[in-house]
Amino acid sequence: MNKIENNKAWFLVLPVFILVAFSAIIPLMTVVNYSVQDIFDPSTRYFVGTEWFVQVMHDAELQAALLRQFVFSLTILSIEIPLGIGVALLMPTKGKAASLGLILVAIPLLIPWNVVGTIWQIYGRADIGLFGAALNAIGIEYNYASNPTHAWLTVVLMDVWHWTPLVALLCYSGLRAIPEMYYQAARIDKASRWAVFRYIQLPKLTNVLIIGVLLRFMDSFMIYTEPFVLTGGGPGNTTTFLSQSLVKQAIGQFDLGPAAAFSLVYFLIILLVCWLFYTIIMNMQNDKRG
Amino acid sequence: MAWMSWTVPTALFFSAIGLILIGMTIWQTVSPSVERQGVIPLPTTRGDRLFIGLLSSAFIHLAFVASTELHVAFATVFCLFWMMAVMRWG
Repeated sequence: MNKIENNKAWFLVLPVFILVAFSAIIPLMTVVNYSVQDIFDPSTRYFVGTEWFVQVMHDAELQAALLRQFVFSLTILSIEIPLGIGVALLMPTKGKAASLGLILVAIPLLIPWNVVGTIWQIYGRADIGLFGAALNAIGIEYNYASNPTHAWLTVVLMDVWHWTPLVALLCYSGLRAIPEMYYQAARIDKASRWAVFRYIQLPKLTNVLIIGVLLRFMDSFMIYTEPFVLTGGGPGNTTTFLSQSLVKQAIGQFDLGPAAAFSLVYFLIILLVCWLFYTIIMNMQNDKRG
Repeated sequence: MAWMSWTVPTALFFSAIGLILIGMTIWQTVSPSVERQGVIPLPTTRGDRLFIGLLSSAFIHLAFVASTELHVAFATVFCLFWMMAVMRWG
């Protein structure tokens, strides 16, 4: 059967295009303009070419923030993805318990980011926080404000607490979509619990897991509010991630040129990763079809 | 548009991108792209190859300014050939 092509339908996309132009494309073009100029005020600005890009690419502080960002994103992904799958597998599937389970798991997702930071800031305190005081009571000298390892541990724990539910809910929906006949076939074959997971559940979860990894990577790569409230980027710069460095440069020091150049590098990295994930998803779907 | 702090090079850059997009749209209308696999280990359309070429060109420019002190125009010239290669054989 021949598919009818009607390109007039593209006009229906026009409102979205205008909206995206106003909210993303024009601001991005402005950032590109800023990145090649030294701006003192709106009327006093000088063209500097690629000078800010050279500075940004050689800035040791920004390179360290970029490295920290990758380490952070990979760390939380390596914890949240398996943990989310585990939580989804353990969640009840029928009756009131299923509804209750869904509500309980979803609670951290409903809390605003700055509140999450504040909760963990208090929770981790050695004097009044339950987590910090409990660790100190059993002899572990825990202080996230002065010890970089403890600060990292707290930021990672906070992110895992906040965002594992998203992965769990995605996996839960993926698991619910597996037809019962697969499990029936597995029972006939006397497949072990592990075999059911390895050969039925995990392959069927691939698509939601890719979406989960993509969402968590992008979100964690742009993380700002929670560590800003929890540690303020410290002790020293040990929990200063890319967004914090960028905000410090753009708003704190008002270095619009270098901050714009850095924003573009940041944007390109995210664009590259998103494209890679998009390509993987599309290829997997094509492989399944064909 | 003064608030956007335009400069001649950035205006030329965006004009070039705009012209490329318009040109690609016309090309697509006249002769629709057929997905094929070239050197890039993926089946790609013309638009995919343009995106891959532009994104890789941006990273080539960044690597160039980070590692050499030569004028960035050398990277731009190299990327022109790179874009043509990606579009033709990618």
